[in-house]
Amino acid sequence: MHPPDQLGRHRDASAACGDDHSPCTLHVNGTRHDLTLDNRTTLLDALREHLALTGAKKGCDHGQCGACTVAVNGTRINACLTLAVMHDGDEITTIEGHGTPESLDAMQQAFIDNDAFQCGYCTPGQICSATAILEEIRAGLPSHVTENLSTAIDLTDAEIRERMSGNLCRCGAYANILKAIHQVAEAHS
Amino acid sequence: MRAFRYARAADPAAAASAAQAPGAKFIAGGTNLLDLMKHEIETPTQVIDVTGTGLDTIAPTPEGGLRIGAMASNAALSADTRVRRDYPLLSRALVSGASGQLRNKATTGGNLLQRTRCAYFYDTAMPCNKRSPGAGCAAQGEGATTRQLGVIGISEACIATHPSDMAVALRALDAEVETLLPDGRTRRFTLDAFYPLPGDSPHIESALAPGEMITSVVLPAPVGGRQTYYKVRDRASYAFALVSVALIQQDDGSGRVALGGVAPRPWRRDAADEALPQGASAVMEKLLEGARPTRDNAYKLRLAERTLAALLEET
Ligand SMILES: Cc1cc2nc3c(=O)[nH]c(=O)nc-3n(C[C@H](O)[C@H](O)[C@H](O)COP(=O)(O)OP(=O)(O)OC[C@H]3O[C@@H](n4cnc5c(N)ncnc54)[C@H](O)[C@@H]3O)c2cc1C
Ligand code: SF4
Ligand code: FES
Ligand code: FES
Repeated sequence: MHPPDQLGRHRDASAACGDDHSPCTLHVNGTRHDLTLDNRTTLLDALREHLALTGAKKGCDHGQCGACTVAVNGTRINACLTLAVMHDGDEITTIEGHGTPESLDAMQQAFIDNDAFQCGYCTPGQICSATAILEEIRAGLPSHVTENLSTAIDLTDAEIRERMSGNLCRCGAYANILKAIHQVAEAHS
Repeated sequence: MRAFRYARAADPAAAASAAQAPGAKFIAGGTNLLDLMKHEIETPTQVIDVTGTGLDTIAPTPEGGLRIGAMASNAALSADTRVRRDYPLLSRALVSGASGQLRNKATTGGNLLQRTRCAYFYDTAMPCNKRSPGAGCAAQGEGATTRQLGVIGISEACIATHPSDMAVALRALDAEVETLLPDGRTRRFTLDAFYPLPGDSPHIESALAPGEMITSVVLPAPVGGRQTYYKVRDRASYAFALVSVALIQQDDGSGRVALGGVAPRPWRRDAADEALPQGASAVMEKLLEGARPTRDNAYKLRLAERTLAALLEET
């Protein structure tokens, strides 16, 4: 018998694991979860509906807004366009894994310091992307605005904006998001 | 989304064999397939996960080129130091597409087989010959919006474009697609052979047989030259091309031109390449000869020419 999941639903792997369900282990923010999921469940729905981690948001469900951005094995992706069962054994980091209300991480604090949101709906995805792009720049991953493909990448406004283009903000907090990311980048350097 | 069985393939042979079954579909990054499954435009009954087939390497070939595994992500490919140095056109085309998150997930094979962005293809309430052969083409109905759609290589049955940026660069670089059939045979296609024109069967979008899997894309030895990819779109990032131009120009003025956003496949013609030393209008006269634009997308002809002219002026 499996323990109830966080929403209190009891799972019975033997009964559920028919043709259209599969077992799947997700390591989310350092915690292991053994699940049996309908194959159709996206990673986003697994996080939100099965693990009650509602930080990652569903804006469009079609890869067009970035509100669902999470890191999988250290790489940012849209959780809405991938199946949870394809991530068996993977390490997933959601906004809940960044910091706690008592102890925010640097990017979360920078978003507050710079007033980088209004309604906040896009913010978890923005913070997950913002954290990842600093790593991508350090690792030398080129972007559309990178002028020279063979030298280190400069942390310009244009680089940050281009790399954040997969995260839309209906409240238009872009200018302050840019400031927040610079704040963290400068603190790191 | 319709229910489906899910299986993870351990190697390419197992994947190809499993995918012969009617209703089976490969899934790689999932960024196009799942989008279409949510709309129930794609309704596979069995989904074969090919991400664990070990095809994610990028390795030199004996001919001095590169063999790109079908599972190499668009991000990894764009960042590969050999690609950045020897095939900058490919890097540029890749990073002009989608978003950082999507490129991290999207694969080389999946990118080649992504389906059209025709809005009527996506709108299941409208007739579409690609979705339901013989149903008709809403994009050619009265009052349809066609500014995004194709101007050349199109047919009475379908005027949609192929949306990939990567494929336009690969076409200019003379890349070839390698595949594995369920019976163990392998095949190799040029991109023109890989992508059939729509004719009266626009639902057939590639030369692949049932179960046939893309295993890699092969780049010939580097051709050098000045390589640029210029993408014109409605916003500066995270949007599909209205028109894109891939240009490889050698010091003597010769070179190659391929277009995106205008046709059902990356668009290139030998006669147009040969006209490159004569300038943009000479190229486009050959490259776009026989175009059948609508009133709303005829601008693409001039846009393609002006974009190429601007790139040629940069030298
Ligand atoms: C919001 C958004 C914006 C985008 N913008 C752009 C853009 O500007 N430019 C651009 O070029 N693209 C763009 N894309 C498309 C993106 O590049 C594709 O979705 C992606 O490349 C598909 O790769 P994948 O691995 O995720 O494919 P999947 O979704 O996994 O598969 C796509 C198709 O390929 C088949 N397939 C996958 N791998 C193989 C294989 N090895 N052998 C045989 N068949 C296979 C699958 O069965 C499926 O039919 C955008 C996508 C989104 C969602
Ligand atoms: S142009 Fe092609 S994809 Fe678009 S509606 Fe017509 S048949 Fe369908
Ligand atoms: S919810 Fe995933 S990109 Fe919008
Ligand atoms: S803060 Fe409201 S959508 Fe970004």
